[in-house]
Amino acid sequence: MGGFPILSAMLLVPLVGAIACLFSEAKTARVIALVATLIDLALGIVLWMNFDVGGAQWQFTERAALFAGFDYALGIDGIALMLIMLSVFLMPVCIGASWTSITKRVGEYMAAFLLMEVLMIGVFMAQDILLFYIFFEASLIPMYLIIGIWGGDNRIYASYKFFLYTLLGSVVMLIAMLWMVMEAGTTSIPELMVYDFPPQAQTWLWLAFFASFAVKMPMWPVHTWLPDAHVQAPTAGSVILAGVMLKLGGYGMIRFSLPMFPEASAQFMWLVLGLSMVAVVVTSLIALVQHDMKKLIAYSSVAHMGIVTAGLFAFNTQGLEGAMVMMLSHGLVSGALFLCVGVIYDRLHTREISRYGGLAINMPAYATIFLFFTMASIGLPGTSGFVAEFLSLAGVYQISSWAAFVCTTGIILGAAYMLYLYRRVAFGAQVNEDAAAMPDLSTREYLLLVPIAAAALWMGVYPESFLAPMRQDIAVLDARVSRAAPQGDAHFKMGTGVSAEEAHAEGEAH
Amino acid sequence: MTTSASILIIVFAPLLAAIIAGLGNRKLGNMPAKVITTGGLFLSCALSWPIFLQFLGGEVPATVVPVLKWVQSGAMSFDWVLRVDTLTAIMLVVITSVSALVHLYSWGYMSDDPDQPRFFAYLSLFTFAMLMLVTANNLVQMFFGWEGVGLASYLLIGFWFQKPSAGAAAIKAFVVNRVGDLGFMLGIFGTFLVFQTTSIPEILAAAPSMAGSTITFLGLRWDTMTILCLLLFVGAMGKSAQLGLHTWLPDAMEGPTPVSALIHAATMVTAGVFMVCRLSPMFEAAPAALTVVTIVGGATCFFAATIGTTQWDIKRVIAYSTCSQLGYMFFAAGVGAYGAAMFHLFTHAFFKALLFLGAGSVIHAMHHEQDMRYYGGLRKHIPITFYAMLAGTLAITGLGVYHLGAGFAGFWSKDAILEAAYASGTSAGNAAFWLGTAAALLTSFYSWRLMFLTFWGKPRWIESEHIQHSVHKTPEQAGADTTGGYHPHESPWVMLTPLVVLSVGAVLAGQVFHTQFIDTEAFWNGAIAYNEHLIHAMHGVPTLVKYAAFIVMVLGFIAAWYAYIRKPSVPAAVVQQLGPIYRFVYRKWMFDELYNYVFVKPAFWLGRLFWKAGDEGTINRFGPDGAAWLVMRGSGLAARVQSGYLTSYALIMLLGLVAAITWVLF
Repeated sequence: MGGFPILSAMLLVPLVGAIACLFSEAKTARVIALVATLIDLALGIVLWMNFDVGGAQWQFTERAALFAGFDYALGIDGIALMLIMLSVFLMPVCIGASWTSITKRVGEYMAAFLLMEVLMIGVFMAQDILLFYIFFEASLIPMYLIIGIWGGDNRIYASYKFFLYTLLGSVVMLIAMLWMVMEAGTTSIPELMVYDFPPQAQTWLWLAFFASFAVKMPMWPVHTWLPDAHVQAPTAGSVILAGVMLKLGGYGMIRFSLPMFPEASAQFMWLVLGLSMVAVVVTSLIALVQHDMKKLIAYSSVAHMGIVTAGLFAFNTQGLEGAMVMMLSHGLVSGALFLCVGVIYDRLHTREISRYGGLAINMPAYATIFLFFTMASIGLPGTSGFVAEFLSLAGVYQISSWAAFVCTTGIILGAAYMLYLYRRVAFGAQVNEDAAAMPDLSTREYLLLVPIAAAALWMGVYPESFLAPMRQDIAVLDARVSRAAPQGDAHFKMGTGVSAEEAHAEGEAH
Repeated sequence: MTTSASILIIVFAPLLAAIIAGLGNRKLGNMPAKVITTGGLFLSCALSWPIFLQFLGGEVPATVVPVLKWVQSGAMSFDWVLRVDTLTAIMLVVITSVSALVHLYSWGYMSDDPDQPRFFAYLSLFTFAMLMLVTANNLVQMFFGWEGVGLASYLLIGFWFQKPSAGAAAIKAFVVNRVGDLGFMLGIFGTFLVFQTTSIPEILAAAPSMAGSTITFLGLRWDTMTILCLLLFVGAMGKSAQLGLHTWLPDAMEGPTPVSALIHAATMVTAGVFMVCRLSPMFEAAPAALTVVTIVGGATCFFAATIGTTQWDIKRVIAYSTCSQLGYMFFAAGVGAYGAAMFHLFTHAFFKALLFLGAGSVIHAMHHEQDMRYYGGLRKHIPITFYAMLAGTLAITGLGVYHLGAGFAGFWSKDAILEAAYASGTSAGNAAFWLGTAAALLTSFYSWRLMFLTFWGKPRWIESEHIQHSVHKTPEQAGADTTGGYHPHESPWVMLTPLVVLSVGAVLAGQVFHTQFIDTEAFWNGAIAYNEHLIHAMHGVPTLVKYAAFIVMVLGFIAAWYAYIRKPSVPAAVVQQLGPIYRFVYRKWMFDELYNYVFVKPAFWLGRLFWKAGDEGTINRFGPDGAAWLVMRGSGLAARVQSGYLTSYALIMLLGLVAAITWVLF
């Protein structure tokens, strides 16, 4: 890559685009936003092509001292790379999804999205803990604006709830970060990741970080902001919320909680596994009784994130890799599901499931694509969802068969609520005339959905492309936490000599 | 062409055809879609038979064809690989032959349907998934095929998605199967934990050494192989509709009849039996699990047969019959006669597909009427269908005489199973023998009941609403002419050809192949656990045991003949006599009602509870809403709170940062 600061360039492009959008009228703003996000996608592809799999842990590093030991430090490992790819891949889709549905204050809207892109990929790139904090917390502001200004009827309540939840966690996290900087004498994340904090301190630090990450995930019982935020957000807002913002919490756990506080992580393993189990079962059951499409998918997100947290705290390679693939897969699939809702919302302006029905008749292409993402969401093998679910749960099983059993019931409940949704939307007779008159997918909608489907299929059939860049980083993390890793509950014991004798006796009988 | 190349074409030709027909859909048109999919299947079929015949010679080693890397995660690694050994070769011919014939049959059966390309694409997609299942070299690819056939089954059951009952049946099939999959997945996880691999040959090689080892699962201490096999068997129970997880199969009859023949009779539902046979060395190391398999199989074969005697819908009778026959296969595997289980799977595929396609032909002739109460006297009107169904009935009831060494397909395979159960000498095997014999009696009864109601007696057609629609008459208008002037028409040749071909299979498959399947260890060549002792013991059972199935078959025939031909008033009288018992059986042992009250309703009730009382009533009330209430009470001005928040938030962040930097600096 020579000395080209590609990471800074990826931050700069959308930032410049955002400023330009602010001062442009609707039509120009749309084009600027699309071009900026496409350039970032192209830069992302260049980044991936040049990423040295199996090379140095931190690549493309940039560092500029600012003041007071606080650095502008960027750099990525394979885990960050994959999440950056997810973000830059979904951003043009979001702009495309807002192309016709957003008509008021378009310039500001596009600027908010571009700013959010800067902040989100900044989170994954930051190598300085304070820089991370700024990106992490500031990314809420554009999201807050998107819900609060361009959202539905009850947007104020939703954005307020969204803000209140996230605020609580972030304050304690900041205090914890400052304590860590004082203790370790560095603001560098890579250095902090190998610093051994005393176990007693780890407990409190872990809890402080957990308060913030658990809300972001979101984990049960601090998840109730999510359904409201999704319901009120415009389609593209939901896509980015489900697609990338929910991954910030998981990324935080993988970057901070696990490597920096391995002992505390082991200590709180049952807290996390317990909340994950509750999340999978409870929110899946809640999803079953929803009559608002977006709420249903929002609750399904909480259930899927339960699998992520369970996988992360399984302390083994399969669990960690599964959790990462789940984050990527869920980013694609639930993003696409929100787009699918958006497609019919744009036509009928309601999220009530009962207002639809029989769409497979007048919208066959839509029904096919929606079915694909439904199947990906319930983890049909061959789609990304399966690889994610299978690896995470296989990891969880090794630590606890109970946790694995409870989380795996999610495959039954998930099938139930998604297929029940699909049946009410796409199957059955056409009972509502206006729904029956809706036209099938437009070219623009095809362009949004088909690439995501292709990516989900790719990740399901040949996940090696996505696992390979992360393999070494997961191995490092696995090695780091292994000293604290709890023993699994299987306690496998080989048989005693009895079986050998029996085999011998049987042999004689021949 | 090399075997590897053949295998690749066999598996991927249906996928390619499915993609073309599916994506092309209506733009492609009916004829090209039909030609491409059916052509692809006949190609697969033509390439499968030579492979199978090669295996008939004995001692042919397995062919392994690597396709693509799949997943590599730490010690866990599995790839897309096609592996063909004797067991797979049998499945290849069963799947491709029945599928090719069903494709052809559907040209006629589905000729009026507006969505033909979609239908044929689904059929081919199903075939691909099924082939992936049977060629799997590791448990995860088997699971891929397992879920793939589940998807295809879901799509095909729900093919006429405008009917609410079809949508409901499709979901039920998928979700009930997922209950089984929960077991299958946990079984795979456990197997990986113990064996550190998901490769089937490696697991099977290591399985015997695991005997006697123990493991904790859900807090209890288990014999390792027992718990692993039981978990995997739960998966098999779901897919193969065994007692408890069978409720989806009868409802699956909502799908078009060719689908019932291919998926819900000949191939997909036998996947569970295939899995147990494929993993037979594992099960052999877990005697307790085998006992469970035997009992579940025996119970299912009897229970499903009782329901089969009471149903009126021709397809449901055959569906319960399938469920019952799968029970036979399972208890055969349970007593260790894997060869017999696979043999029954093989013969059953022919005669059951034949019966379903025959039923389809009857339904086609009777203007979509499926209720046997409105059939009668069809023998003369649709003779080819009649003879085909007769061949199927003789095969399933197992007509054959031991001392003549001659019989229809079912005779060879079912008798082998009953003999093996008896010869196994275990109490579970003994119970299975008696249940199986009782079920054979019921099988003969319901099969002949179906034949007599459909093809003999006086026409009762005018009572059918479908026929009334067709002839535009009510029963009163028709008067004494109970045909209502309706003329059943024999099906076109595209539908009759598959019937004829399958009839040949139903008559000869047992006679031709029984030596290889039952008695030849070299034929299996290690593909299943082959128990030589049991085979010896099987041939030495008392003559009465050998004739048991024959005797009950005759009894069942006589009973059916007496009740439906000689004295048609008998059934009503018996129903009257049995009263509640009859209603219990007629309502399928109340499983649907039970599950509805125990699982479905509570799930929705809990969902609402967690939502309204949990999320909204507790978490929100005491969390964010409570906080908002406090804030608003404090400020009194909601608007100010809301608009002021963003700025104050940014401010807090900024202040925090400044404080932080100050702290670090000084």
